[in-house]
Order: sequence, then C-alpha cells, then structure tokens
Amino acid sequence: MKTTTKLFYELTIVVLGGALFGLGLASSTMVSPEVVLGFLRGQDTGLLLVMSGAIFVTLISYQFLPKLLAKPILSDRFVLRVANLDKSTIIGAAIFGIGWGLCGVCPGPAIASIGSGNFDLLWALVGIFIGSYIQGIHYEITHSNQFGILDS
Amino acid sequence: MGSCGEACSHQIKIQLITTMNLLFPNGWIHYLLGGISIGLGVSLIYLFNGVTAGISTFFSSTISFFSKRFFFKQAIFKDTRLWRLFYSFGLIVGSGIWFLFFGAAEQMHTNVSPLKLLLGGVLVGFGSRLSNGCTSGHGICGISSLSLASFMAVIIFMITAVVTANLSL
Repeated sequence: MKTTTKLFYELTIVVLGGALFGLGLASSTMVSPEVVLGFLRGQDTGLLLVMSGAIFVTLISYQFLPKLLAKPILSDRFVLRVANLDKSTIIGAAIFGIGWGLCGVCPGPAIASIGSGNFDLLWALVGIFIGSYIQGIHYEITHSNQFGILDS
Repeated sequence: MGSCGEACSHQIKIQLITTMNLLFPNGWIHYLLGGISIGLGVSLIYLFNGVTAGISTFFSSTISFFSKRFFFKQAIFKDTRLWRLFYSFGLIVGSGIWFLFFGAAEQMHTNVSPLKLLLGGVLVGFGSRLSNGCTSGHGICGISSLSLASFMAVIIFMITAVVTANLSL
C-alpha cells in the first residue's frame, strides 16, 4: 500500500474510533461534570460501570488480538505503551486526581464537550493545555542534562 | 432456592430494585452501553493501527505544532501528533452526533464555576502529562494492558479525586 493511502486509512480509523469514544462519553453523560462529581461524592455509581464496560471490551482486544493476528490490519505490529512505575507516574496521578475532583472534567470529556455544545468546559480545555505546557517546562528543568543547558 | 416461596422471591426482587435505585438513581444501561462504545473505539484503533489510544498525550503532541521547546520536539509527540489530532476530532464528531440525535433542545450548561474548571484543568493537564496517562490512558488502556503502573495510578487518582470532590462541595 502507498504511504499516503495507508495514512489516509489510518486517520480514517482514528476518526471512527474517536467517534465511538465520543459517542460513548456523550451517551453515558460523562461529558457532564455534575455526573462525574456525583460519582466521586458517592451519589451515583455510573462511572464505575462506564469504566468496567470500556475495560471489558478493551481488555479482550488488547490481550487476544495479538494472539489471533500476526499484525494489525494497517500497520506492522501491535504496540502496547506501558507506563513506568516511578515517582512521576504516582505524583502525576495524585495531582491529576486533585484536578479531576475539583472540576469533574478529565481530558476526554473536555475535548468531546465541544461536540456536545457544553462550551463552559472550554475553560477546562484551556486549563489542560496550560497544565500540559507547564509540565513540558517542568520536565526540561528537571532533566536539563538530557536536553543540554540552553546554549549557555 | 427450592425452599424460597413466591412471597420470598418477590421480597428479593424488591430488594434488588431498591439496591439498583440506590446505586444508579439515573438508570444504568446508558452507562454500560457508553462504556462498551468507548471500548469498541479503542479496540478498533488497536485492530487496524496497532496503537494504544489514550487521550491526554494529545495535549503535548498538539503543543508540539507550535512550541520550539526541546521537550515538545521529542519523537513521541512529533510522530503521533497528526493521528492524535484526528482522534480528538473524532471525539468531537461522536459526541456531536449524539447530541444532534438525542440531545436536549436547550444548551448544555454546568454549574461548576469557570475558575474551578480552569484551575482543575491546569492540574488535570499537568498531572496527567507527568503521570503519562489519564482516565483513558491509565484507566482504560493501561489496565487493559495489565500494567502495574497504571493500576497504581488509577488507585491513586481515584483516592485524591474522591477526597478533593468531597472537600470542595
């Protein structure tokens, strides 16, 4: 397959997969911070069911697709990107949780909310961009030997 | 069960319904179906493209289009930023389709204040990028990859989120 054709198919799949994801977030009302905060405050167990449903399907495909197929339909190999169990993973998760508990918005719903017309969540979307940018700066400062001290 | 008469089984049924109403005051089917749809989306991308489709990397990879900083010039962002952009576009399309067909007529609105949304967002962005994952990356993709780091991350962010949500009523 030509590279441009392959790229076209790959991007189409990503849009379709993203659309299923967005459909799931909207239909399960996870795009509403009130519903998420209601779960965190013990008023509604729905979010647990959303996570379980998603993990059930994904677990099956992540574990069995590589055994059934030699390679993915469009690319050369199946790659699982696994995080390291280190200080940043743990501290980052703790900070993420504080932010999530404060506003009831995580990255998926922040993006999907544009489609559902809940434009208040744009505040959160902007915030996530700012936080991600700060994390990049933070990483450069804490790993200055990896990037070289800036042309001093 | 043989000794359980009709009145008894009726009692069990009522208790089950009461428990379900307590756990899921807004019903439960839409939650389960939504979760399955999310899983199918992530699985479709794995089946065709062979990659794990967490969401939070999108933010760093999109910044890489604009920023000249060394951090954002890493291959992990530059090589994946195009599909991650399309992935996010898909998220918007999917939720848009839902609201086109099933959404309420009036504009959606949240009572969480803009300040809380912005400040919470900054912490969500910083934390998820430092942790290399969010509810989708660790919660769905990480756990399904049977990653110990993701299990730990999920337990920790659930604890801090529950504590924060209950403190910030």
